[in-house]
Amino acid sequence: MLTIVSNIGKYMLMMWEVFSKPQRLSIFWKRFIEEVNIIGVSSFPIVMLMSVFMGGVIALQTASNMDVPLLPEYTIGYITRQSTILEFSPTIISLILAGKIGSSVSSEIGMMRVTEQIDALEIMGVNSLNYLIFPKIMAAVFFFPIIIIFSMLLSMLGGWLSLVSTGLSSSESYIYGLRSFFRVYSVYYALSKTVVFGFLIISVSSFYGYYAKGGAIDVGRSSTKAVVYSSISILVANFLITQMFLL
Amino acid sequence: MIEIIGVNKSFGEHAVLQNINALFDKGKVNLIIGASGGGKSVLSKCIVGLHEVDNGQILFDGKDVCQMNELERRELRKKIGMLFQGGALFDSMTVENNIMFPLRMFTGMRKPEMRDKVNFCLERVNLAGKGHLYPSECSGGMKKRVAIARAIVMNPEYLFCDEPNSGLDPKTSILIDNLIQEITYEFNTTTIVITHDMNSVIEIGDTINFMFEGKNWWQGNKNEIVQTENPQVVDFVYASKFMKQIKEKLK
Ligand SMILES: Nc1ncnc2c1ncn2[C@@H]1O[C@H](COP(=O)(O)OP(=O)(O)OP(=O)(O)O)[C@@H](O)[C@H]1O
Ligand SMILES: [Mg+2]
Repeated sequence: MLTIVSNIGKYMLMMWEVFSKPQRLSIFWKRFIEEVNIIGVSSFPIVMLMSVFMGGVIALQTASNMDVPLLPEYTIGYITRQSTILEFSPTIISLILAGKIGSSVSSEIGMMRVTEQIDALEIMGVNSLNYLIFPKIMAAVFFFPIIIIFSMLLSMLGGWLSLVSTGLSSSESYIYGLRSFFRVYSVYYALSKTVVFGFLIISVSSFYGYYAKGGAIDVGRSSTKAVVYSSISILVANFLITQMFLL
Repeated sequence: MIEIIGVNKSFGEHAVLQNINALFDKGKVNLIIGASGGGKSVLSKCIVGLHEVDNGQILFDGKDVCQMNELERRELRKKIGMLFQGGALFDSMTVENNIMFPLRMFTGMRKPEMRDKVNFCLERVNLAGKGHLYPSECSGGMKKRVAIARAIVMNPEYLFCDEPNSGLDPKTSILIDNLIQEITYEFNTTTIVITHDMNSVIEIGDTINFMFEGKNWWQGNKNEIVQTENPQVVDFVYASKFMKQIKEKLK
């Protein structure tokens, strides 16, 4: 319990340093572009794959479980869209990215710690927290929503593919379902969630990397912790945000 | 000038530094020597503020680092060049970018100007034309020399070198020693070199601090160290057969 409290304190202090003004803006931009590539662009393939398949499965499940003849066929499209936008894309994809990005961020920074590269930065007079972590956080905050919008679209496409190929529903009624009772608010809600999740993944993983000690084994251990705790923080944040905004 | 007064440092129960007092002069090559695990690297990290000391004072030209806040430390550190025992090169950057990094971060130099400066430093460590390599493509000794180049690129006022010539062949080793000496005299830097190498001790040791079991056991210069009767120092200096033979000859 005491370690949890002291870790949260340490995390807060770290964030304070991270969010100071970059010492050199041109270097910040260069780092930002690098990180957009590493964190954002390289995540596209896995997100695309996941989204198409999950969308397909959601649509199939909904279609095959609709026994009541009273429900119109377009319900399938409607449910697929709702579950994709509200939870699947923002939350589940973020959890997957927590695994992919969290472990790489934390092992990258952890390795820099144990090979004294962070000390080398500090000794030059560089604010290492700001230099290393701020561009990552900005890249995630900026790029996660884009990834998630793609994921939403692809997953609805996946639903369409699976329904049309199995013949469980007609293309028209699925698309009609996708478009019915649509509130833009739910997309805003989903994207704001993503921003929070992106921030949590990067900051929590950086925290475990930055304060890693020892050698390769310890770096491995802290990247496991990074994934576990950023996933937990996503789940908790998701619960809190949902309570606040949808109820 | 760096002055250390009554510094203690322990990790848990393990007292690594015990009441260290030392004076490192400006414009001189100041050596710290001693057995492996004796606390030399820890001392150098305490001096630059990477480790907090338990108590004592560390004065950089009269200003105590231990009393400084993070911002003041950062300002001071811009005047420090440091070579880490493991090199600590940024492995995501090429050799050239490693050396250029502090210039990019802290000077308003233009690209060609920075290139010139980097090439000049690479030449001094005998690595001309190797700027495009990544650290993972360099040999151990090359990494060390790149790290030295990076430490001196900003013309630091204080230069710390943790074992600059471990892992180098004798010839390159002498080249590095001479480079450190030249820079010290040329720019009037306060240089602190940690070493095991008796060659360097005799070659460049303007002042020498011998650390033993966490204490600053003996102080002197390169002439005094070959004559001292202090048993621990004698043990260290004349550990090799070669040095023993030299001692016999001198007698
Ligand atoms: N971060 C640390 N945590 C705990 N103990 C440490 C730490 N760093 C160093 N030590 C301990 O401090 C002692 C001195 O270490 P140091 O690295 O200063 O030795 P050294 O004199 O530089 O040796 P070498 O010549 O082999 O480099 C060692 O016993 C080491 O175990
Ligand atoms: Mg050492």
